[in-house]
Amino acid sequence: MLGFLARRVAATVPVLLFVAVFVFLLLRLTPGDPAAIVAGDNASTEQIEEIRAQLGLDEPLLEQFGLWSAKVLRGDFGESFFFKQPVASLIGQRIEPTLSLALVTLFITVVVAVPLGTLAAYYHRSWLDRLVMGFSVAGFSVPVFVLGYLLIYVFAVELRWFPVQGFASIREGLWPFLERMVLPASALSVIYVALIARITRASVLEVLGEDHVRTARGKGLPERTVVINHALRNAAVPIVTVIGVGLALLIGGVVVTESVFNIPGLGRLTVDAVLARDYPTIQAVILLFSFAYVLINLMIDLTYLVLDPRIRY
Amino acid sequence: MSPVLTIEQLSVRLPAGADRTYAVENVSVDVAPGEVVCLVGESGSGKSVTAQAVMGLLPRGQLQPTDGLIKLKGEDLLRAPARRLRALRGTAMAMVYQEPMTALNPVLPCGYQIDEVLRTHTGLGTDDRAERVRDMLDQVGLAEPERMAESYPHELSGGQRQRIMIAMALVLEPALLIADEPTTALDVTTQVQILALLRELQAAHGTGVLFITHDFGVVAEIADRVVVMRAGRVVEAGTVRDILDRPQHAYTQALIRAVPSLIPRPARAGSGRTVLEVASLAKSYRQGGWLDRRRVVDAVKDASFEIAAGEVLGLVGESGSGKSTTARCIARLEDPSAGRIRLRGAEIGSLSRRALRPHRRHVQIVFQDPYRSLNPRRRVAASLIEGPMNFGVSRAVALERARELLAFVGVDPVSIERYPHQFSGGQRQRICIARALIMEPALLIADEPVSALDVSVQAQVLELLDQVRTRLDLAVLFITHDLRVAAQICDRVLVMRRGEVVESGPTAAVFAAPEDSYTRTLVAAAPGRNWDFAHA
Repeated sequence: MLGFLARRVAATVPVLLFVAVFVFLLLRLTPGDPAAIVAGDNASTEQIEEIRAQLGLDEPLLEQFGLWSAKVLRGDFGESFFFKQPVASLIGQRIEPTLSLALVTLFITVVVAVPLGTLAAYYHRSWLDRLVMGFSVAGFSVPVFVLGYLLIYVFAVELRWFPVQGFASIREGLWPFLERMVLPASALSVIYVALIARITRASVLEVLGEDHVRTARGKGLPERTVVINHALRNAAVPIVTVIGVGLALLIGGVVVTESVFNIPGLGRLTVDAVLARDYPTIQAVILLFSFAYVLINLMIDLTYLVLDPRIRY
Repeated sequence: MSPVLTIEQLSVRLPAGADRTYAVENVSVDVAPGEVVCLVGESGSGKSVTAQAVMGLLPRGQLQPTDGLIKLKGEDLLRAPARRLRALRGTAMAMVYQEPMTALNPVLPCGYQIDEVLRTHTGLGTDDRAERVRDMLDQVGLAEPERMAESYPHELSGGQRQRIMIAMALVLEPALLIADEPTTALDVTTQVQILALLRELQAAHGTGVLFITHDFGVVAEIADRVVVMRAGRVVEAGTVRDILDRPQHAYTQALIRAVPSLIPRPARAGSGRTVLEVASLAKSYRQGGWLDRRRVVDAVKDASFEIAAGEVLGLVGESGSGKSTTARCIARLEDPSAGRIRLRGAEIGSLSRRALRPHRRHVQIVFQDPYRSLNPRRRVAASLIEGPMNFGVSRAVALERARELLAFVGVDPVSIERYPHQFSGGQRQRICIARALIMEPALLIADEPVSALDVSVQAQVLELLDQVRTRLDLAVLFITHDLRVAAQICDRVLVMRRGEVVESGPTAAVFAAPEDSYTRTLVAAAPGRNWDFAHA
């Protein structure tokens, strides 16, 4: 177990190193000059050269990379070209909205998808099953921005139940926070509800056919106990796996959703940074995302231990 | 005494489009308190459906009781509401299943699973329930009840798991226990213990038992009365003596005759040419990853034997004895850790994958489960010709050989373009034999080839294997856990236990006067050993 943990933590090092090199090179190979963008439209060639030297972009690539990675190892992600402040504090300001959006989305997804999928499996081939599966196909097919604008139009513009856009920290109170979170999180969760309801249904359906479920019924257990304690418990491993993968994919959805709902989070920061060729910010955000991805995977593997006693590392 | 269970004229309808209209038709069975009634039949005879109908566990919407009566202590079960049935399950009637590994929930501790019965059906407090669970685990002969209660199913042996199942079924002292092939998945020595335990508990509590089995050996051991079923109908019923000694119906007679005799065949002289020589073969596995080398498991230790052409050598032993590992090493599906394997004079034990290739075709295997050893998405023809074509035979020639071989193994060559699911289990095993033979091997390894088949089919497949051996002068390594089967086909046997060969010799000699104490236990454990079915 400890050996497993040590190995897994050690394995994050090459992953992050690979991501670092890849992002660094990719950014410098894409067209677009950060110095020119910082200098503005009316800058002269000399001014741009001067800014390039200030930003350290006139050094050879290898040297730039060495400098950057040495700083990163010390926990210094450098200064943003565009926002003119340390990248670390920039991320610090933006992480809360994104984390909130991700967690609320995850919550909605699990609370809706797992019961839906379980019911669909239990009432296999009934109208409920068909409804859930139909919704699932539809949920896959609608892009998140279309859904986002649709929700804004219906619930914010027409019904005026929620604000159109924006973000409020949970420190400002639960309702202001939730009020602004419901629409973006719902829009974002639809595709994950579709995905996880489907997986839950398949997984529970398979377990319901297993011998030990028959044993549970043979003991005279109520159906609710049979389904929740016996079937769902055994179906949990694939469901959790997909929730984890979904959580990682959420990062892409966050970028779009934050733009639609004008939420000042990491997604928006990424978009702004990419448009401004703000190398230090992009590099840091992507490193952070890949680290989160590796961490989520590790957490999923650890959850398996709790869910299935047969799994030992 | 009034019966615990009365089944009268029960009919259960199959869904439209099945091969027959009723799964069970006009079935009547009685079970008195303290009595063991065996429901005997081959697969598809409707014995399990009858049991599920009693428990009210028929698959919803697929199987529907259409006629008849099921009474548990006078109470009509077919007309009872679902709520009432649920209250009766676990309290008045309980069930033990065939495969304790899959019948127990793998992610819950065993004690919890037994406790669930008490929690659902009684108002007992936590301590009282824990006490009852401990007491029950003690009654089913499990040492260290506390540790057992905390264990998960995968941490226990097959026999221990089945004891847990029995504890779960009997914890509320039901009047009726239905046991559906409860010992089929167990080793013979474990089987004897479980049968004895069931007998003992059933006598102590006066439980009526409906015992479902396909094995007449088990019937001879445990039954008071016997009901023989075939294709959903009761063929014959009577006391165990009547049925075994004086079977009236032709089907019962045929079934009993098909049980292989424990009296071994005389050894035949092979042609003398040694095909396989194994010397000091060993295989060990290392458990654990590269950071923690936990322990080394010796699956096979120092096994030496040889097989001549035209000879059948039996490898007999219980699960985990290393018999399959030995075979897999010989076929080089696994790499032996030590020892020599000489096939037709050539050393193949240490050859590289590449150098091994020309030798591959000389060793072919027939596996236990014909349902899983044929690729379900390939036509039989494709499965058969793949091997020879891989060794350079043209498609036309290979197909021609495949047709000849199908005819030889008793499958109509016209059906060569069908898929595996369109054949019965026995036919599939014949196809598997043909697939092995098409490579023209010198050594045929048969790994429990008849264990998954019904007795009547078993006899036919054994006969086919014998024909194959005679006509093709093959050396056969026959792996089995069933002494009856070994007695019928093997010239010599090797008894294995925990990776070691404990005894070897001509089958007749080993069976008549086993020298090793383990062999003696095995022979004594063979169910129905006091009953010579073949000559009944």
